[in-house]
Amino acid sequence: MAEIKNYTLNFGPQHPAAHGVLRLVLEMDGEVIERADPHIGLLHRGTEKLAESKPYNQSIGYMDRLDYVSMMCNEHGYVLAIEKLLGIEAPIRAQYIRVMFDEITRLLNHLMWLGAHAMDIGAMTIFLYAFREREDLLDCYEAVSGARMHATYYRPGGVYRDLPDSMPQYKASKWTNAKGTAQRNENRQGSLLDFLEDFTNRFPTYVDEYETLLTENRIWKQRTVGIAVVSPEEAMQLGFTGPMLRGSGVEWDIRKKQPYEVYDRLDFDIPVGKTGDTYDRYLVRVEEMRQSNRIIKQCINWLRKNPGPVMSNDHKVAPPDRETMKDDMEGLIHHFKLFTEGYCTPEGEAYAAVEHPKGEFGCYIISDGANKPYRLKIRAPGFAHIAALDEMSRGHMLADVVAIIGTQDIVFGEVDR
Amino acid sequence: MAKDNQLLLEQLQETFTNNEIVSSVISDSDELTIVVDAKQILNVCMTLRDDEKFSFEQVMDICGVDYIAYGDTEWSTEAATETGFSRGRVSDKDKRHQWDQPRFAAVYHLISYKHNSRLRVRAFVEENLPRIDSVTSVWKCANWFEREAFDLFGIIFEGHPDLRRLLTDYGFIGHPFRKDFPLIGHVEMRYDEEKRRVIYEPVSIEERNLVPRVIRDDHRYMSGNKE
Repeated sequence: MAEIKNYTLNFGPQHPAAHGVLRLVLEMDGEVIERADPHIGLLHRGTEKLAESKPYNQSIGYMDRLDYVSMMCNEHGYVLAIEKLLGIEAPIRAQYIRVMFDEITRLLNHLMWLGAHAMDIGAMTIFLYAFREREDLLDCYEAVSGARMHATYYRPGGVYRDLPDSMPQYKASKWTNAKGTAQRNENRQGSLLDFLEDFTNRFPTYVDEYETLLTENRIWKQRTVGIAVVSPEEAMQLGFTGPMLRGSGVEWDIRKKQPYEVYDRLDFDIPVGKTGDTYDRYLVRVEEMRQSNRIIKQCINWLRKNPGPVMSNDHKVAPPDRETMKDDMEGLIHHFKLFTEGYCTPEGEAYAAVEHPKGEFGCYIISDGANKPYRLKIRAPGFAHIAALDEMSRGHMLADVVAIIGTQDIVFGEVDR
Repeated sequence: MAKDNQLLLEQLQETFTNNEIVSSVISDSDELTIVVDAKQILNVCMTLRDDEKFSFEQVMDICGVDYIAYGDTEWSTEAATETGFSRGRVSDKDKRHQWDQPRFAAVYHLISYKHNSRLRVRAFVEENLPRIDSVTSVWKCANWFEREAFDLFGIIFEGHPDLRRLLTDYGFIGHPFRKDFPLIGHVEMRYDEEKRRVIYEPVSIEERNLVPRVIRDDHRYMSGNKE
């Protein structure tokens, strides 16, 4: 009989299933993984060091580019840490807006994850479905901030501006006639909240569609059930957070346990898995989408009834409005100071964590009293998850590695920072 | 947060001696930080994980900090200046706070799911021999966090199973997150047509500072007088 040797397989960094730029060095015994050594850092931009060389507010945009499929949640973690340092709080309406957009972001992230994960395992349709819904949500991003992805919408002390009263409209072109355009614009006649409400009414049916395609699908189950089983103890040891931890049966969600903003006033449930395999994590995330939809609905109701300021009126931190700036000398000085030098934070340190779609996203800021952070450390959930890839993939087949990368919901912007 | 930090601090002070916990502080935003002697880090962490009173099951984050430039400012203006801050100017540094601790620190963020509490542990390490015991035997996920801190700050974690560079390029020289490492780096790379490979060259760009680093001491930042 021929002698069988272990061999090393290089996977990535340019591979569609590597979700970006992951290089994996796999030690294989036939088709079975003996050891996986992920090489990361191909997208390392030194975000933390860059942030240390800029005034606080100029780094909010960098946060969008960390986990570039859940932009506003990253901003949220950073902004919360600054607010903690400064000892300020956003007005209540801004808190509701933030929560609403956090949940929109969660939907965006989970839709992207679902589409990519399913396509990695061989289901094409779901990817197109997911992108259909993402389009509507990205339009909400655009309506509120002017940018479809990198919004820079959250600011220390609130959000940049209030929700708009109108939605952007489609225009007729040589590909769509007037009638078709009118049809597409039908649900865009009212305000952003009207559009979003219409979306939340439609969305549960969409989730049902995804579930029809996958949940009882024989191939889907063959590829996910019993793959990368993680026990609750192991999940804690490996540093899992978010759906990865809950998929293993640990009931932990920062939104419930250490509530920030207005999460303690909202009604939602935390889904928890049982066996801790890839299929359970899929179920957890799908249920999270339904729960996010519930939260968005509650926020819409509240926001309709309660107008008010969306930005703190502490003008040492938040700029005054344009009118004040033009009329009032002090307003002008505040504006000038904020946009040239920024604001100084008191000496000290703060760690703020949010329940990011992927897990716990934390920002740790050390301040020496200057207008720039002395040290910013970003705790990215995906970093701990990809570190566990070796542990999770051992003894599995090569094809399962793809399923495991998918279930970990890796995005390299945040892993490499 | 569910568990009171004051209570947690008292329990910590009962359990550990002054040799182990050097100092502790609860911040205004109710965050508990303890400073642990670097030599004791492993057994303190072991107790923090295993003692029922604490049961910190997970380390959320480990990060390095370089304190060498702590309190540096680039533009001190107590009164109105005539010159302003020129963007091209080489800034003259001025130190506002003196730093009397060792240069480097490793900061651990722990979380207990059982008691719903968080704790920040800081351990200082010396500049000329930045060494500290690895806590990978306490929490498995410390592995990559320590690799990252080693890569970016050059802190050596003794007893780490696989202390390689993590984020920087293969063959990278230096520790980029140290404060004396320039933001623009030392080398740049490009593809060379003649040699038909990627080559490294010294950087050709100049560092620019658009906004000076300043520390203001107006009344809002004095303790007990916050707005």
